[in-house]
Amino acid sequence: MAEVVLENVTKSFGDTVALDRVSMTIEDGSFVVLLGPTGAGKTTALRMVSGLDTPDSGDVLIGGRSMKGLMPAQRNVAMVFQQYSLYPHLTVRQNLEFPLKSPLLNTLQADIDRKINSVSEILQIKQKLDNKTTALSGGEMQRVAIGRALVRDPSIYLMDEPLSSLDAKLRADLRIELKSIQANSGATLLYVTHDQIEAMTMATHVGVLDNGRLVQFGSPREIYEDPVSIYAASRLGQPRINILPADVFEGSPAGAKLIGLRPEQIAQGEGEESFVTRVEHLGDQTRLHLSFKNHDLITVTDAHTELKSGDIVKIKPDKPFYFDASGDRFSGREK
Amino acid sequence: MSFSVTEASSRQKWFAGILVVGYALITMLPLVWIIATGFKSSPDAIAYPPKIVFEPTVEGYVNLFTTQTRLSSEAAATPDQDLPWYESLVREKGMTIVGPSRFSERFFNSVIIGFGSTFFAIVLGTAAAYAFSRFKVPLKDDLLFFILSTRMMPPIAVAIPIFLMFRYLGLNDTHAGMILLYTAVNLSLSVWLINGFIDEIPVEYEEAALIDGYTRFQAFYKVVLPQAATGIASTAIFCLIFAWNEYAFAVLLTSGTAQTAPPFIPTIIGVGGQDWPAVAAGATLFLLPVMVFTILLRKHLLRGITFGAVRK
Repeated sequence: MAEVVLENVTKSFGDTVALDRVSMTIEDGSFVVLLGPTGAGKTTALRMVSGLDTPDSGDVLIGGRSMKGLMPAQRNVAMVFQQYSLYPHLTVRQNLEFPLKSPLLNTLQADIDRKINSVSEILQIKQKLDNKTTALSGGEMQRVAIGRALVRDPSIYLMDEPLSSLDAKLRADLRIELKSIQANSGATLLYVTHDQIEAMTMATHVGVLDNGRLVQFGSPREIYEDPVSIYAASRLGQPRINILPADVFEGSPAGAKLIGLRPEQIAQGEGEESFVTRVEHLGDQTRLHLSFKNHDLITVTDAHTELKSGDIVKIKPDKPFYFDASGDRFSGREK
Repeated sequence: MSFSVTEASSRQKWFAGILVVGYALITMLPLVWIIATGFKSSPDAIAYPPKIVFEPTVEGYVNLFTTQTRLSSEAAATPDQDLPWYESLVREKGMTIVGPSRFSERFFNSVIIGFGSTFFAIVLGTAAAYAFSRFKVPLKDDLLFFILSTRMMPPIAVAIPIFLMFRYLGLNDTHAGMILLYTAVNLSLSVWLINGFIDEIPVEYEEAALIDGYTRFQAFYKVVLPQAATGIASTAIFCLIFAWNEYAFAVLLTSGTAQTAPPFIPTIIGVGGQDWPAVAAGATLFLLPVMVFTILLRKHLLRGITFGAVRK
C-alpha cells in the first residue's frame, strides 16, 4: 500500500476536457470516493492512476515515485472495471488466478489456492469457481471482478462503481465487507460511485468532481455539512437539498441569492405556512412534498405522520446554506 | 437455447429435414462421383449409361502413383510368381511398372505451399489486423481500402508482370516464390476478416490484463488471441482453400520442381488412352487435406461465421 498523489493532472479527449488541473492526495490507508455525475471525470481519474491513460500534463505519484512512462503492470495497481471485463474464455478460478500468475507477481500455486479460497468465500462465489464467466449472472460477474482485484496486494485499489449491479442485500453485505477489508488490511482505495450510502459509510475522504475540476475534497461529513457550492451540496443527501430563492424566507443575509435546505434544515411546526402536496411513506421515514409560495420542497417527517395531502404545515429554515448567484457558498467560507 | 417464438411443428421439422438432406445430396453428388470413379476400371469409368454398381478396383490409384511401360513379350512369357500385387494388377493390362510417378512429389509441393502460405497469411494478417484495430494508424481507412483493392481484379490479371518479376528475381518454379505469391493474395482477405473479429473484442479485456500485470504483447497473446481463435481459424480455412486450389498461377509459374497438384492432375490423363480413374483418384486424394483441416476446425468455423450474432 502506498500514498497516491495527483499533481495538476489535466487530460483532454479532443475538445472535451475530462480532467482540469486536478490535485489530490490519497493518503496511505485511506478510502477516497469520487462523486460526480456521468462525464465529470471520475473514471478518467482512475485511468490516470492505473496508467491506462496518461495525463496531458501533471503527474501521478505512487509511493512518492513519479509514474511517468510506466506501464500499468509496473505500477502495481488493481482495478475493478465498471463493465467487469472478465476474461470470457476462462473459468472463474482462472480469472481470479490471472493476476497472480502474471510475470509481475508469479505467485506459488499454494498461495494462489489459499488466496482464491479466502476471496471466493468472502464474495460467496465458491460454488461458481469452475464455471465459465459467461455463464454467470450480472451480480456474480461483478463479484468475480472485485475478487480479481482483492486477490492482489497492490499499492492502490481502483474501483469503478463495483457494487452498481448487485441487489440491495448483497450490496449492503459487500459494502460492509469491503470496508472491513480496507480497515483491517490498511488498503488504499480510490472508489467511484453514485451511491450516497456507499460514499457516506465507506469513505474516509470524498472528492467532488465537476466537469473535470475537483471542487471539494474532504471527509464525507465535511462535504455534507459544509459544501462549497450547490453542486457539491447536491452530491449527497437523500432526498436532495432544496434550492430556493433566498428572499422567500425572512432573515436571509443581504447579497445571498439562493438558499439551500436539506430536510433536517427545515424546522416544522413554526414559521410560515406551506401546503402538503404529496406524502410518501418509505417505511423508516416519510417524505413530504410541500408547496411553499409556489416553490416545491421535499422534506422528511415522522414515519408515522398523520399528515395527508392538502394539509398545512408551518416551516422555517434552521441553519440553512446560502449561495450567491453563481451557486457558490455565500457566507462562512469566503469574503 | 431457442430464440423462435413458437416451437416448430413436427411437420415443419420434417420439411426442413428433407430440404437440408436433399440439398446436401445435390452438393455432394459430384464428390461421390469423383470418389466412385477413382475405384472404377477404365471401361467402367466411361460406360454409358453410367454404372452405379461396379466392381471396385484400385487400378486408378496404382496408375496414379506409378509410371508404366508396355510389357515386352519375353517378360510376359516368363510369369514370375513373386510379383507384388500392384505389378500383377498392371500386367493384366500388358503393362509393367518402371518407377514411381511424380504425383506424391507434386502433392507434397501443394502441402508445403498451401499450408506455408496460409501460415504466413494468418501470422502477418493477425499482426496487421491487431494494429489496425487497436492503434492509431495514420490513414487507416485508406490503407485498409488499398489492401482490399488488390482483390478488386482477378489476380491473374497481373499474371504477366508477376511472371516477369518472378523471372527477374529467380523465384520462378520455387516453393518460396509460390508461398510469397499466395501469401500476398491471401493477406488482404486475412487482414480484413481478422480485423473484423478483433474489432468485436472489447478493448477492456486487454486493459484488465495490463492492470493484472501483463505486458501489451502478453495481453494480446493471452487474452485477445484465444478470443479471436474462432475467427482466425475460419480465415485460415479460406486462405488454405484458395492456395490449395489455385490453378492459373501454378500453371504459369511452376513446372519442374515446385509444381503443385492442380496443374499436375490433368497431365495424369496420359498420352494414349484417357485414364479417368487415375485422374479421379488424384482428385480424391487432393481433396483430403482440406477436408481434414476443415473438419478439425469445424467447430471454430461454425462459430466463426456466426461470431457477430452470438456475442454480447
